[in-house]
Amino acid sequence: MSNAATPAKGIQSLTPELKAFIAEWKTKPGNLIMVLHRVQQTFGYIPREVAFEVADLLDTPLAKIYGVITFYNFFKLKKPGRHNIQVCMGTACYLKGGEDIIQEMQEILGVGLNTVTPDGEFSIEAVRCIGCCGLAPVLVVDGEVYGKVQTKDMQGLIQSIKAKVIKE
Amino acid sequence: MSYKQFILVCGGTACESNKGIALFTALKNAVEAHGLVNDVQVVRTGCLGFCEKGPIVKILPQDTFYVEVKPEDAEAIVGEHIVKGRVVSRLLYDKNQSKTNVGIEGIDFYQKQFRIVLRNCGVIDPDKIDEYIARDGYKALEKVLFEMKPEEVTAEVLKSGVRGRGGAGFPTGKKWQFAAMQPAGQKYMVCNADEGDPGAYMDRSTLEGDPHSVLEAMAIAGYAIGANKGYVYIRAEYPLAIQRLETAIAQATEYGLLGDNILGSGFSFSIEIRLGAGAFVCGEETALLASIEGKRGMPTPRPPFPAVKGLWGRPTVINNVETLANIPVIILKGAEWFSKIGTHGSKGTKVFALTGKINNSGLIEVPMGTTLREIIFDIGGGIRGGKKFKAAQTGGPSGGIIPPQFLDVPIDYDNLAKIGSIMGSGGLIVMDEDDCIPDIAKFYLDFTVDESCGKCAPCRIGGRKLLNYLEKICKGTGTLQDIENMKDISEAMCRASLCGLGQTASNPITSSLRYFYEEYKEHIEEKKCRAKKCKNLLSYTILAAKCVGCTACARVCPVNAISGERKQPHVIDNAKCIKCGQCYDVCKFQAVTRA
Repeated sequence: MSNAATPAKGIQSLTPELKAFIAEWKTKPGNLIMVLHRVQQTFGYIPREVAFEVADLLDTPLAKIYGVITFYNFFKLKKPGRHNIQVCMGTACYLKGGEDIIQEMQEILGVGLNTVTPDGEFSIEAVRCIGCCGLAPVLVVDGEVYGKVQTKDMQGLIQSIKAKVIKE
Repeated sequence: MSYKQFILVCGGTACESNKGIALFTALKNAVEAHGLVNDVQVVRTGCLGFCEKGPIVKILPQDTFYVEVKPEDAEAIVGEHIVKGRVVSRLLYDKNQSKTNVGIEGIDFYQKQFRIVLRNCGVIDPDKIDEYIARDGYKALEKVLFEMKPEEVTAEVLKSGVRGRGGAGFPTGKKWQFAAMQPAGQKYMVCNADEGDPGAYMDRSTLEGDPHSVLEAMAIAGYAIGANKGYVYIRAEYPLAIQRLETAIAQATEYGLLGDNILGSGFSFSIEIRLGAGAFVCGEETALLASIEGKRGMPTPRPPFPAVKGLWGRPTVINNVETLANIPVIILKGAEWFSKIGTHGSKGTKVFALTGKINNSGLIEVPMGTTLREIIFDIGGGIRGGKKFKAAQTGGPSGGIIPPQFLDVPIDYDNLAKIGSIMGSGGLIVMDEDDCIPDIAKFYLDFTVDESCGKCAPCRIGGRKLLNYLEKICKGTGTLQDIENMKDISEAMCRASLCGLGQTASNPITSSLRYFYEEYKEHIEEKKCRAKKCKNLLSYTILAAKCVGCTACARVCPVNAISGERKQPHVIDNAKCIKCGQCYDVCKFQAVTRA
């Protein structure tokens, strides 16, 4: 697949910064994972069209790129919600009720794990230990860590995030 | 300019997530407001360890230790303590502590700890290389470059007896020796910072609190084995650690402590960061190397060992973060000093992330040979809520579950192996009577099944089968034959799996079957979960004698399984009940029982 001159609306394509980053890393051995990290940092996931472009620029078969993306938990092929709720499922959080938090979130938002609400606002993800075990159970929304959370606070938490959105 | 007083603010993960950054800014603003910018320095340090009571603030030189400090308290600390010299007692760990004893000496959590790896964590600003240098930083590198031959460095590390802190406990000096013995040419030094164990954050805290100690050690190792290139392989989930490492590498390069011709010695060594992407198996050496090479992180059979044929086919040494943090101290204080600490077969200290149902969660460092009892009850302050200690778990998904009868066993590599667990990277999770052992085993298996790379059949299929059996048992449909099958599969996985992940995946099951067989049997034969964790085995009933008919339970029930007139005893329809337990939680009269 060759690069379309002007991508159609809604289709993601490599930004100039990303192209420069790839050019810089192209000659370094083992660059693929670093490039994919940068792509995901930019888009929040790895869009299909962008993966095609990366394959072209790195001279790497697309199959190899998809092999890597699907092997690692960190890389996403689907766009997460505007607010991705990451519930920690490390051992300490699990012991202190992390699973109940996920259950409650699913009920409140009406979607399952790794699924986005129809309005595109929220998604729920169970993540690996984020290393704040002293605060267990922990969840992260928009980079902010909420520690020692309880199921009864979840409704309020969602409301406060929604309220913040309206204020913005 | 010299400061008269220092306000140290913990910048560890837990404290920072807990409004630590706002607190830091508030303290800086307060210092400025009082016109003390030239006298008082506010420093953001690495993890002070006492995560349970964070955010932590420490004032030097008085050594006052404040806990659970909020941004609103900044004014009190500066206005009262700094300006007027009055201790803010409401922020002390023990509010009734005498005014003369306000430091860590008054806190049980810090007694019995001995810090080598964490020597600088919570003391220096990790973003400033000068503070590391002021604490003898890079002195060990200077010493090896100008006073020692590479083989002397390796011999010293070997003599110290330090063993790999990443899990298996292989002697670090031996690893270096193997790589050094390979013919000269391109070799690599890799730091494994892919800390994937759930419930472990020692490496993260070390890198965030004292990144230079790891960089210095990598350069020393590079000199010893003849490598001029190093990689730090770190989890992408640790943005703060990555950022501090980047800063540290840039500063060390600027100072000529990394890069070409270090300190004019003719030795060159550069370090690059490579990000992991969330694959537990990449903690395994060969999988980690595959991942640095930009491939799927799948392990390959050993031998050849990485020390012979590693990264891009070249001899490579892979050491864990904590192992490396020990190295500069070993070089400076000598192998003899180091080998006096610890037990016969395990020298030095071990950092543990102490978490779970314990009063003082946090990061601790103790000499090898400390008992679990000392860690859990003296340092950890005992079990939360006065409950009974049930088990401790070390080694994460590859480790075992340790029952109360081993509380007094001195913890080191060999003793842990004897009682069916492993040291692992250092997660220590404490469980109380509310935790169900088969459920915990299921949690770990769920993790390893998810993380199995799928390359070899014993791990891919065996893990899944084990998980299926555990799910059956927790649902109450298991049989005693299932336990026998689990034992057989465990043994097969242990012997036939390609890498450490599969070989150890069954450890949580094997060890818990050994010590908690009764609990499995109860699940199977009596359909009973004594911890009341397995929902399918619970049943809820309302005691008519205690029920006042307040309707609280009926209102909260999501499936309308509870019926009854107002002010009349209610009844649960067990056919409809989904066992969510909300009625149990909401009842103020203890009328709802679960069994």
